[in-house]
Amino acid sequence: MGNRRWFIGMSVLLMLAGMGSAIVRQATGRQAFNLGVDFKGGTVVTARFKQRPNDDAIRAALVNKGVNDAVVQPVTDRPDTVLIKVPLEGEGQDGRVRVREALNDFGREAEAKTELEADPNASYKIVGTDAVGAIAGAQLRNKAIAVTLAALVGILIYIAARFEWTYGASAVIAVFHDVLVTLGFFSFFQIEISLNVIAALLTLVGFSVNDTIVVFDRIRENRKLHRRDSLYKITNDSINQTLSRTVITNGLVFLSVLALVLFGGDVLRAFSLALFIGVVFGTYSSIAIASPIMVWWEQRLEAANREAALTFNQPKVVKPAARPKQALKSASKRSV
Amino acid sequence: MKKKNLLTRVIIIAIVTITGLYLVIGPRNHRPGLSDFKWSGIKTNLKNNIHLGLDLQGGSHLVMRVKTEEFLRRLTEEDYAAAQNAAKDAGFEPKGGRADTGAGNYRIVLQLADASKAADAKTAVEKKVELGDTNVWNYSVSGDTLIWAMTAAAERTLADNATTQALNIIDSRINALGIAEPTLQTHGAQSSHQILLQMPGVQDPERVKDILKGESRLELVHVVSPPSPSPATTYATQAEAIASLNSGGTIPPNRRVLPSSERLEKTEDPNQQRQTRWVVVELPAIIDGSELRNATAIPAQGGRADDYEINFSLKKSGADKFGAWTGSHINEYMGVVLNDEIKSIAFIKSQIFDSGQITGRFTKQSAEDLALTLRSGALPAPIEYLEERTVGPSLGADSIKAGVRASLVGLALVVVFMLFYYRGSGVNAVVALLLNMILMLAGLIVFGATLTLPGIAGIILTIGMAVDSNVLIFERIREEWRSGKTIPSSVDLGFNRAFITIIDTHVTTIISSLFLFVFGTGPIRGFAVTLVIGLLVNLFSAVYVSRTIFIWLLSRKRVESLSI
Repeated sequence: MGNRRWFIGMSVLLMLAGMGSAIVRQATGRQAFNLGVDFKGGTVVTARFKQRPNDDAIRAALVNKGVNDAVVQPVTDRPDTVLIKVPLEGEGQDGRVRVREALNDFGREAEAKTELEADPNASYKIVGTDAVGAIAGAQLRNKAIAVTLAALVGILIYIAARFEWTYGASAVIAVFHDVLVTLGFFSFFQIEISLNVIAALLTLVGFSVNDTIVVFDRIRENRKLHRRDSLYKITNDSINQTLSRTVITNGLVFLSVLALVLFGGDVLRAFSLALFIGVVFGTYSSIAIASPIMVWWEQRLEAANREAALTFNQPKVVKPAARPKQALKSASKRSV
Repeated sequence: MKKKNLLTRVIIIAIVTITGLYLVIGPRNHRPGLSDFKWSGIKTNLKNNIHLGLDLQGGSHLVMRVKTEEFLRRLTEEDYAAAQNAAKDAGFEPKGGRADTGAGNYRIVLQLADASKAADAKTAVEKKVELGDTNVWNYSVSGDTLIWAMTAAAERTLADNATTQALNIIDSRINALGIAEPTLQTHGAQSSHQILLQMPGVQDPERVKDILKGESRLELVHVVSPPSPSPATTYATQAEAIASLNSGGTIPPNRRVLPSSERLEKTEDPNQQRQTRWVVVELPAIIDGSELRNATAIPAQGGRADDYEINFSLKKSGADKFGAWTGSHINEYMGVVLNDEIKSIAFIKSQIFDSGQITGRFTKQSAEDLALTLRSGALPAPIEYLEERTVGPSLGADSIKAGVRASLVGLALVVVFMLFYYRGSGVNAVVALLLNMILMLAGLIVFGATLTLPGIAGIILTIGMAVDSNVLIFERIREEWRSGKTIPSSVDLGFNRAFITIIDTHVTTIISSLFLFVFGTGPIRGFAVTLVIGLLVNLFSAVYVSRTIFIWLLSRKRVESLSI
């Protein structure tokens, strides 16, 4: 708590850096986020080869068939497989069909019902396609944003009902911070954002709020037990009391997510990565962001109330609220 | 702690565990035998019980949209043409008019030569054409202009009906194709007119897509041409055809100009690009595809060996109409129109009642596909594909392998840590965690939910959440114990206090997951399902079961130390 200014300052800096990256990119005509076909529309074809031609050869074959802006991306887990991304085309243009035409330069595709290995004459097979049209892309994008915001509002209402609305608002601000930092990270490194990444963001919302609630619960309990202590001290104590749990749990979640990053395969990579960043910042934000904001807010409210009460009862005696400041000093030695 | 209490708890836990285990690895179709306890038996049962999503088992996922605006446009234009004809027949020759179909507004406008006859003309038109329903058409008149505007409510209802109809037709086409276990349902908001089709095991959906997309609007029309023996009149260009109508460059409402790709001569080289000619036909058609009873693909008579054509027969009502018309139009030309394109033109030799052919150079496959779509009926409106995802079984298997591996590694890491850090109580947590896994899978089976790749990620996260509950409880017990309380009361307090926190964290996560489930799509949904089930199960396994284990430990002897 004592270092809260540092922490908040650092967070603001991180958020600014991430969002700054997004804005600068947008302004200079590059993409702010590397949106996947889920949101941008287009076709991704996953093709598996017996002997994979190099990326340039595949690209050349595509250009030869009139597909100019395709991205050929190797799959790290499977050297025999490539992802071919074709941007959105006009109606009636089937990206899969066009990619197949180009790939036929390298030999025949395996029959529909047979695996690549089982067909001696085949040299490749299209093992997966994701094609999203413009309408569906926009729809998925809007839905993803709406769901995220709705989930945040739902959380805000629940915490406000269980605690106070300042707690709810602080928790949501902290979570918002996590989401922004993670998105900033995705913008900065231009990692592709797919539907799975949105799911990861929502999970991290859940985790981050969990951490915050554990601390808030403790604060609520301690406020009942130690009515005379300042909120500042109580909050500091509560953070320290729950610190072991926070470290252990997040350490364990971190381990699970690490397993996901390392062994979860390419399809889940972006998802795992979003969680990976999110868990780190989620832990940090519930300690270093949510609680300080809540305390600051409550103190503000308290001071305002007292002032209002004073002016109302004894209009002439105006005494600044000194107690919170004193408490602040006495407790500032114990910090997280 | 009372002994009796403990007994009830143990019985409840035993029942739930056994039921859960049976649901997950028990056989469905036969009594459990010895083979079901072998590793391979467990594996097959597991595979049969858990419903895998398309991304894991392989298959196609298609989202399509019914272009209902096209349906409304056609409806308005047809009604406009009919209204024009009705007005003319009743002696109110319209001076002009149009069908407005732009910008989501559908209006029929008739301009009369004589403004004073507006009311009579309206009555005459509404007697013949269904424009009198005020729920559908809003009538207004200004001077010599009659306007019927489609109401917003009717637009919605008609568009929704068109979507339902399209859904039914697609359903019958899928059944005719013999696709196994398809899922077909409307998708998204009702007003989006979208349809979701999932076909497990179908890796190459191109043929299916083409068949579903086939509008198959069949019409038999009267070709405007002098009767046989002079040949049917066709024009080289569309402009030429329109010019022949002598109506100042526009097509009158009772005529249509359609392209014809018929082979003009039998001897024509089949590889040569077929020449498109233009033909003027009457509107409305004599009969349309709704009067079809059956359609079959047969080898073409007198054609090349691999040419196919389609034989169709008409229902009773259509046959009557068709018979009456052909009887009175001997030697005149009739055209078979498919999706606004003339497939063939023939003159009527004698009265025809209930059958005909569609010729054109079809291959066996294309003729069979067309016959299939004709049998299932015409789509009320064209459809477009918005989203298509296909996963081959090998890609799905890769994902399962990766997912299972990641889950096991995650689980192992957590188990090792818990045993190392909490010693004896760690065993307690591990038992709770394993039970959680089993019950979560059982929950998926009970609710008939599908397990998807993001769902597996949800399982891994549930491991994290589940162990959090135990950590919260154990840390609290340690804390109470350290503050000098007795072991039983530390355990009691630890559970009670941590329980509040556990409820709060679970409810918030369930709230956000419910949003994901209700409003999310595809993969996000699969993720939310496992997470919610996992969290609900966790309240049982991490709180109830763990507590029972502690009660049992403490009830055995006077406890002086606790391994935590």
